[in-house]
Amino acid sequence: MNRINQTLNKDKKLLSIYFTAGYPNLDDTVSIIQNLEKSGVDMIEIGLPFSDPLADGPTIQASSTAALKNGMTTEKLFEQIKDIRKSVAIPLIIMGYFNPVLQYGVEAFCKKCQEIGIDGLILPDLPADVYDAEYKTIFEKYGLINVFLITPQTSEERIRYIDSISNGFIYMVSSVSTTGSQSGFGEAQTKYFERISKMNLKNPQIVGFGISNNETFTQATKFAKGAIIGSAFIKFLTTNGISNIDKFVKSILK
Amino acid sequence: MSYNINNKGYYGEFGGAFIPEMLYPNVEELRQNYLKVMAEPSFQEEFHQLLKDYVGRPSPLYFAKRLSEKYNTKVYLKREDLNHTGAHKVNNTIGQILMAKRLGKTRIIAETGAGQHGVATATVCALMGLQCIVYMGEIDIARQAPNVARMKMLGAEVRPALSGSRTLKDATNEAIRDWINNPVNTHYIIGSAIGPHPYPDMVTRFQSIISEEIKWQLKEKEGRENPDYVVACIGGGSNAAGTYYHFLDNKDVGIIAVEAAGKGIHSGESAATSVLGKEGIIHGCKTLLMQTIDGQITEPYSISAGLDYPGVGPLHSHLYKSGRGEFYSATDDEAMQAGLELTKLEGIIPAIETSHALAIFKHKTFQPEDIVVISLSGRGDKDLQNYIDYFKL
Repeated sequence: MNRINQTLNKDKKLLSIYFTAGYPNLDDTVSIIQNLEKSGVDMIEIGLPFSDPLADGPTIQASSTAALKNGMTTEKLFEQIKDIRKSVAIPLIIMGYFNPVLQYGVEAFCKKCQEIGIDGLILPDLPADVYDAEYKTIFEKYGLINVFLITPQTSEERIRYIDSISNGFIYMVSSVSTTGSQSGFGEAQTKYFERISKMNLKNPQIVGFGISNNETFTQATKFAKGAIIGSAFIKFLTTNGISNIDKFVKSILK
Repeated sequence: MSYNINNKGYYGEFGGAFIPEMLYPNVEELRQNYLKVMAEPSFQEEFHQLLKDYVGRPSPLYFAKRLSEKYNTKVYLKREDLNHTGAHKVNNTIGQILMAKRLGKTRIIAETGAGQHGVATATVCALMGLQCIVYMGEIDIARQAPNVARMKMLGAEVRPALSGSRTLKDATNEAIRDWINNPVNTHYIIGSAIGPHPYPDMVTRFQSIISEEIKWQLKEKEGRENPDYVVACIGGGSNAAGTYYHFLDNKDVGIIAVEAAGKGIHSGESAATSVLGKEGIIHGCKTLLMQTIDGQITEPYSISAGLDYPGVGPLHSHLYKSGRGEFYSATDDEAMQAGLELTKLEGIIPAIETSHALAIFKHKTFQPEDIVVISLSGRGDKDLQNYIDYFKL
């Protein structure tokens, strides 16, 4: 069984953390992953930086630009994490935009992920229907779970469709926004989390966008299986570097 | 082979809608409605009325006698520069603002490079009384000051794009982010034949008035509807798409595209996408794209802000790859000289974008009996300072 599915079966609310590979320094990748696991994080999204991250707000944009400037490439990332499974057991997901994957070659990319022990991919600009028609069999051949996003604007019909082609979890975007642009959740968002929870989807939902502290983590996971933190962690790294990652994680989980 | 879009939103292998889920409802709403809305008689009537009374169409098809003599061929100029706001861009913004109104949108956003599309968008927003926000790269704001002033006077808010190369690509990123954050009340008026389906097709259809008019105007002047060649400059490719549209499936009409070679195709400072690009994804569509081996989008260069884009519209990628279109590129210097030449020979100061199309004569020799129609996509008022600096006038 894929590590993502194993983790989703645990009887607890899950904390997933996103970071941009190559930031703050080119060679921080492995250390960040190890420290996050040690601090009690359940799942990690390794961001493959892209020059034009359309779905991201200023924080992740800036970290992507810095990472690329530091020299991060697809090949470099694979090289850095090639032995990661010797020291890390929790699920690892690569999150990035579709063009770098396309240029590497979708099948070659998936094959490499399997060799390293990557469990899944999140590619926000690879639409569900294109994945379904052209790439699903390749992802499955290499045991990779592809994660799709839904938003408060996504129709019920489309949510059902996305649920039908997913086999891990659904990334529930908390609001209609780019990353890092929210602070705190209002009633509308809580209602949305509840509405989706009542749809009884076969895939559990993990909330992303707008989670930055214990309060928002608790709110987000009231109806969902877990929550993802990205921009808030990047901001922490910008200020503190890679030391004291456990402090950040503890402040969320309390 | 068809050169038009198929029912899945592709031109050959190019096009599609590679968008994050956050944009899906907006783009899907447009996809489901655009052809239906455009086909409504009341839409057509309003669109054509505005093109006639407000834009000043039809734009003249002008026989350029002295230019023809110089290059020993028959050159016609399609005078999009004489449109209200000074370029072809307004054809599309009129169409899209009517579309936005019918879809119940109250807030308009746009990206702009040279500022022509921004001005055209701000203009129709003033006309219709809608809020207008234009994203423009910080560098372009500096090199296109007159257009920035125009947009502001028209009531638009001009927001600088501060990321990346701070030009058209980055302005487009910012506009897309704005749309993600404002999905319900906002329509995004894309100015070029780029973006996720249905944008390339919608923009092309609104701009196709250019080739529609060329056909009947040429019939009046020459007794034939089809020229031997149609020539246009290409950044994203909206004026080119409109100029080619009604000739796409007629192989007797040669299709010629002129890209911006900047300081030379292989100088590292260029925007000649057909030569330097490789298939990839930019701003929601699969197309030819300037990028690193790693799939990072590279920063183009051209003296012309309107051609300073690392991709081309998917229609043009298809025309290039299928061999239907002949692609050339003109350097900054060739374009500037061609712009000055038109000014001296015909008394028309063209936009620097358009000057690239005029530089075709440096790259291709036509037969004396050939009829060559060049899209004179914009006028050069906005570029006066650049011309003055370049020629030390």
